[in-house]
Amino acid sequence: MGIKIANALLAVLAGVGGAVAVFYLLNKLGELLPGRWEERVKPFLWLFPALAAIGVYLIYPTVQTIIFSFANASSTQFIGLSNYSDLLASSAFQTTLVNTLLWIIIVPAGTIVLGLLIATLADRLEPRAEKTAKTFIFLPLAVGAVSAGAIWRFVYAASPASQEQVGLLNGIVTGVGGDPVNWLQISSGKLNSFLLMVILMWLQAGFAMVLLSAAIKGVPVDTLEAARLDGAGEGAIFFRVVVPQIRTSLITVFITVLITVLKTFDIVYVMTNGNFGTNVIAVDFYNQLFTNSNAGYAAAIVVMLMLVMIPIMTYQIRQFRAEEVSR
Amino acid sequence: MSSGTVATPIQLQSDTASVGSNTKARGGKKPDVGGKSPLWVRIVVGLLCALWIIPTLGLAVTSFRPADQANSSGWWTIFTSPSVTLQNYSDVFSRANMGEAFVNSVAITVPATIIPILIAAFAAYVFTFMQFKGRDFLMVMIVALLVVPTQVALVPLLKLYGDLGISGTFLAIWLAHIGFGMPLAIYLIRNYMATLPKEIIESAKIDGASHFQTFWRLIIPMSTPALASFAIFQFLWVWNDLLAALIFVGPGSNQPLTIALVSLLGNQGQGWQLLTAGGLFTMLVPILVFLSLQRYFVRGLTAGSVKG
Repeated sequence: MGIKIANALLAVLAGVGGAVAVFYLLNKLGELLPGRWEERVKPFLWLFPALAAIGVYLIYPTVQTIIFSFANASSTQFIGLSNYSDLLASSAFQTTLVNTLLWIIIVPAGTIVLGLLIATLADRLEPRAEKTAKTFIFLPLAVGAVSAGAIWRFVYAASPASQEQVGLLNGIVTGVGGDPVNWLQISSGKLNSFLLMVILMWLQAGFAMVLLSAAIKGVPVDTLEAARLDGAGEGAIFFRVVVPQIRTSLITVFITVLITVLKTFDIVYVMTNGNFGTNVIAVDFYNQLFTNSNAGYAAAIVVMLMLVMIPIMTYQIRQFRAEEVSR
Repeated sequence: MSSGTVATPIQLQSDTASVGSNTKARGGKKPDVGGKSPLWVRIVVGLLCALWIIPTLGLAVTSFRPADQANSSGWWTIFTSPSVTLQNYSDVFSRANMGEAFVNSVAITVPATIIPILIAAFAAYVFTFMQFKGRDFLMVMIVALLVVPTQVALVPLLKLYGDLGISGTFLAIWLAHIGFGMPLAIYLIRNYMATLPKEIIESAKIDGASHFQTFWRLIIPMSTPALASFAIFQFLWVWNDLLAALIFVGPGSNQPLTIALVSLLGNQGQGWQLLTAGGLFTMLVPILVFLSLQRYFVRGLTAGSVKG
């Protein structure tokens, strides 16, 4: 153990020290150049490590993945579009797509509703209580998806009917006289998929709450007063006055949660590994790559994932350009 | 953040500085000014908080229960028949190698957090304060890469690592997290640097300071909030990461806590008491970071949660 720690420490120092040394050398290299050239070349010297990282870890692999998606399982021969047509024709992948679609529809919407509910209600509490309540809701976001898997595995756990129940949900069911249910294996009505979505909503609600709460606090009071003077009820004020004014924040939360949903891997992987009809696209990718050793299918799956991301990417770039103009 | 301002999902939100950021500037907003909030509001919020905390409480309680009880009765029975032990924690260290995994997690996370900040700070400085051809194109490319899912990169990188023979090493996973975190790091830090007053840079230039000196002595100290926000986001991202760890490190002597925890999840024959103790142990560092650095934490998370 002592050696392990010493090794780790050495590795950390070497890694960080190496990075510092690279920049020191790059800067020295720039200073060796004659004046005018120094100014011209320096930006690229300083950018080089960042661009190299992006090039090797994002751009090269993306291009390569697109190429692999047209090749066979071991990426040795091109087979045209068959990876795509095979996948789309297989009923297992169709289930995966349907599940992913359900995640896309339910989780962002559910997260926003929960976040709005908590933000609106907590805003009416006295400051100390508001802060405490928000900390509780936010905490899951820190613990991460794998730990969340451990937490919820324990909530959904099922013991045989003859034994006492360990899982909370079955404890409640048997407590009111029912039979224990093996929650994660019930695919009828997509119940098990929905129970997995609950975990992601539990994780993400705090994020939605923080952003939406800040937005709600920013709504000018006079607009609310005016509506109240006109005799609008609290419900009407909320939907017709508050919601339109926090639109940008709602879109932000929606997009962010949507991206999280599309990439969801850990939760499904640790809870069911995609079995019992709960598979989603990111888990299917992993299993195609490692369980089936089919790099072609795996690549085709991520390319489809990327295609879904393109509208989001376009939106991001448009927003970025608009911000640059207003800067 | 209300009407008028343009918000992208990844901008640094100064108005969401902490979970409980309480800017009650608008006195007249509540229907019952000065009075207490209605009872039903407090009941609903209380219920929601209970719903949010009870699953975690169950895990925490079980991790301190003796093995035979943890596996034969619900954790809530501890309130009627209390009995507490620390045996589970010594067991996860000796039987599940959680101690070693903890050291690995630290060894993976620290460089994977510090190195990208250094690299991105230099790049952000260039994008903010230097003029060169292709600057706008490169910046748009970085914004586009923000949403590219890391899954895209995994198959080719695995092959590349296989050729280089570095699969399973710390270096393999450091480099991966540096690459994957780079667009967000540059974007966040550049956005912050762009708000710094340009006159300071100009006067430093007139005083004869080189870019290198301006960078280290002026810009880095002034950019601390953005650096801290990214640092915390990246730290938690890497600490809680499972996918990249599974692919580039895998189970074995270099595995981080997340993989160790997943193998506990896979072998439930070892019992709930080990899984819950391992789970709580894995969460310890993120929760401490969260409670002590809440302000930066929320800022980093809200700014960074779209990262692929």
